[in-house]
Amino acid sequence: MTGYGFDFDGQRLEARPSGALFWPARRWLIVADLHLGKSERMARRGGALLPPYEVQATLDRLTAEVAATDPETIVSLGDGFDDDAAAGSLPDQVCARLSAMAARRRWLWISGNHDPGRIDARLPGTGCDQIREGLVLRHQAGAGPDVSGHFHPCIRLAGQRRRCFLIGADHLILPAFGAYTGGLACDDPALTELVPEGIAVACGTRALPLPAGRTARRPARPRHDRA
Amino acid sequence: MTLPGAFRDWFARQGWQPHPHQIALLAAQGDTLLIAPTGGGKTLAGFLPSLVALREPPGGLHTLYVSPLKALTADIARNLARPVADLGLKVRIEDRTGDTRPAQRARQRVDPPDILLTTPESLALMLSYEQAPAIFGGLRRVVLDELHALAENKRGDQLMLCLARLKALSPGLLATGLSATVENPAALADFMGGAAIIHADPGPDPDIAMLPTARPAPWAGGGGHHAIPEVLEQVKAARTTIIFINTRAQAELFFQALWAANEDNLPIGLHHGSLAREARQRVEAAMAAGALRAVVATGSLDLGIDWGAVDLVIQVGAPKNVKRLVQRIGRANHRYNAPSRARIVPANRFEVIECVAALEAVAERDLDGDPRGPGPLDVLCQHIGLTACAGPFDAEALFREVREAGPYRGLTRADFDACLDFAATGGYALRAYDRWQRLMLRDGLWRLRDPRAARNLRMNVGTIVEAEMLKVRLRGRGGAPLGEVEEAFAASLSPGDTFLIGGQTVRYDGLREMVVEVTRQPARQPRIAVFSGVKLATSTQLSHRVQALIGEPSHHAALPPDTRDWLDLQARIGGLPRDGVLVSESFPYQGRWHFALYGFAGRNALQTLGLLMTRTMEDAGLGPLGFLSTDYALLIWSLDPVRDPAPLLDRAALRAGLGDWLAGNAVMKRTFRNVAVIAGLIQRNLPGSRKSGKQATFSSDILYDTLRRYDPDHLLLRITADEARRGLVDFDRIEEMLDRSSRHDHRVLDRVTPLAAPLLLEVGRVPIAGQGRERLAEAEAAALMAEAGLA
Repeated sequence: MTGYGFDFDGQRLEARPSGALFWPARRWLIVADLHLGKSERMARRGGALLPPYEVQATLDRLTAEVAATDPETIVSLGDGFDDDAAAGSLPDQVCARLSAMAARRRWLWISGNHDPGRIDARLPGTGCDQIREGLVLRHQAGAGPDVSGHFHPCIRLAGQRRRCFLIGADHLILPAFGAYTGGLACDDPALTELVPEGIAVACGTRALPLPAGRTARRPARPRHDRA
Repeated sequence: MTLPGAFRDWFARQGWQPHPHQIALLAAQGDTLLIAPTGGGKTLAGFLPSLVALREPPGGLHTLYVSPLKALTADIARNLARPVADLGLKVRIEDRTGDTRPAQRARQRVDPPDILLTTPESLALMLSYEQAPAIFGGLRRVVLDELHALAENKRGDQLMLCLARLKALSPGLLATGLSATVENPAALADFMGGAAIIHADPGPDPDIAMLPTARPAPWAGGGGHHAIPEVLEQVKAARTTIIFINTRAQAELFFQALWAANEDNLPIGLHHGSLAREARQRVEAAMAAGALRAVVATGSLDLGIDWGAVDLVIQVGAPKNVKRLVQRIGRANHRYNAPSRARIVPANRFEVIECVAALEAVAERDLDGDPRGPGPLDVLCQHIGLTACAGPFDAEALFREVREAGPYRGLTRADFDACLDFAATGGYALRAYDRWQRLMLRDGLWRLRDPRAARNLRMNVGTIVEAEMLKVRLRGRGGAPLGEVEEAFAASLSPGDTFLIGGQTVRYDGLREMVVEVTRQPARQPRIAVFSGVKLATSTQLSHRVQALIGEPSHHAALPPDTRDWLDLQARIGGLPRDGVLVSESFPYQGRWHFALYGFAGRNALQTLGLLMTRTMEDAGLGPLGFLSTDYALLIWSLDPVRDPAPLLDRAALRAGLGDWLAGNAVMKRTFRNVAVIAGLIQRNLPGSRKSGKQATFSSDILYDTLRRYDPDHLLLRITADEARRGLVDFDRIEEMLDRSSRHDHRVLDRVTPLAAPLLLEVGRVPIAGQGRERLAEAEAAALMAEAGLA
């Protein structure tokens, strides 16, 4: 796995091929939009009964990232849970897995629009609205420079849609890390407004940088999946 | 029942004589299947018993008519209006399709007409209403039109489940199937759940022949453009001609070439499934009005409204399937008792042989068709969900009812329970949804846990899963709609690119609100739109006939002289493929070794074989570089020659390879997506949110990967594997090819053989990225270093 190193807001950062962001100077591992419990929430609301393995799949990938980077702090950049009830009904063994991952590390849960409430008592770590420690971390981009998630940016590369980082002058936007998450094309006006010009880093087996923004020529893509 | 006097008089006033099969159907006491050629008064035959009974309408829904085409229901309503008015019958006839207004639908639920005309999907939807027992409780007759077409796919399976439901709601109900000529009427009757078969007089033999052309068919390709002058002559001599072409892209190109040569400006139209509905309707109306001399069409005109004026059918390209050819020929001259006239234009030399073989089959009335598999379980999953929408049900009773449907006669209780479990809980090994089951068992009956789920289930009704298409429209306000292209094709376009649609070249300007905007650009050379649709493979029976024709020199007299010479040369140099012998050849050409296998197994199977064999060749270090497949042959090129093909064709190794290869294969993912949509795992449309095409594809791929990884025995994966094996992957035909080849004749030659030569000209090459490519790259790099004096 080869990451992509870059500077943002005076800090050296690494876009990991998995979609996680690593901050080597502080050994922070930052992931956005885990949306844990998404399939449970859909079922609860009378929707389709999706394969209930997305928590397991997401945690498998996160475990691999934690093992690879040995972070001091893990940050969930909001929408860690598909809703507060989903956080409350996570099976005990999932909570145990999260706790094991968090052992000897700090875990910070930034709240997002899907999970505005308090962090469930069975989960490790603490909740907060945003973090200002050398970098500004929040769920949704505000006054830059900041690091955020929320939009699930995607880019088309060689006929395939891939999750991607968007790196602009004012905003660094992370792809969704969760297994069942749709995406928003990075040339959607909502994103080009935040990053008019910059670099998209496509995730996959390698992190591949591409030009992004209004001037980059790409076929137009469908819009955000809020399902 | 006999024909009452008033009806006899009516027939006489039209100058008609009732056909014997119309009278026979009137007399039938049980379910019947009527097999009649086009123009045989099939539809009237189907309705006659209802009209006779409805001289005194009992009130409520009496007859239900189901057709595969919405357009057909409207047409039938118009056609029935005349006898009903003439006979002074007080019968209300209405249609109910996806186009019916909501107010009308709501009214039909409380006050149904005497005769309701509908489609399988609308019927499934109506059966999911709580009022279904009241609507259908008094139903006496069901007429299933174009049953041969419905039986070809899952729409037929769903329809038969619905028929079983209707019979449960209204015991004693009579079903009548109407079908064009089919190869196995008994199988179609079984599909209906058992029915007496009535054969109408098949009429005189068709006048069908190959169209002689001044220029011989080319060695390869599929356009049929060499025959343009002769086709135009035929169109001129006939009143109205339908020109059938196998694919939409080829139809576009042929249409363009036809117009380029159309010096008399004969009015010729184009009709295929990717054209805008408005454009298609214009062509149909012009056709009906007799304003067109010819229409270039794809399978989009295989069914549908009869045009009495059509007196010639031209089939361009190999017919692929004898039954379909016969049904297409029937489109010419809808006057009963007049022979249909048809001409065939083979598009290349191989197709010349196929056309000769097909003509022989037509003359012998030897139709082909693969037997239907058992009723698919994804359709049953959907049916169980929709049944729960109508009201609580008992599992045992539903199981018994489902087994009354022809395709599900052999359904096991275990498979039924697996489908019920899927519908209720998702059927996962991880029992995650006990609290949120979709269906709950309470007081011995299964019912929806949350009534809101009914809306989602109903929105997902039906078994047609379209490729994700985008509309194409001329740029500017109120720009005319031109048609649709596949989303994947649209995504490959950049502004300024040109493509052909509806017979015109257009320039891609951009994508706006999910509409492809274009400008007309007549002069530019177009890129060709890649249209959807599985490439139809030549039927097993027709392939066997072709192989037999090639392998038996005494039969070569039936072939045109240039084709005969070609095969004679092959017989001297290589070998002729023949019954029981699998022939293959290795030869060098342009510095590469080529391996040609004449398998006659259809293009889907040979493509799968190509993928599997090149994997084995890669492992053996032969350096395969690419392959291509046609309906008859597989051609693989590589750095080293294949000297012994036996290990490459080892059945056990192929099966094992299939399992691995299918894992991440795009064909499987596409099959899974269809299965998942039909079974209801993926929503077609989510209420309130517009889910665009690409996102659905994206998420179904993720679901597929997730299931394979965490729940490999899941029901939907089992259904997907079964389906792919028969469908796109077509592994069954690889096995069939091996079964019927007791001997393998492989020759290593020093040059291209006559039979292989056309293959080298075919397009559709699939490159293999393996060691072969690396070896080439290394060799080239070494050569460059040497040239620069560095090595």
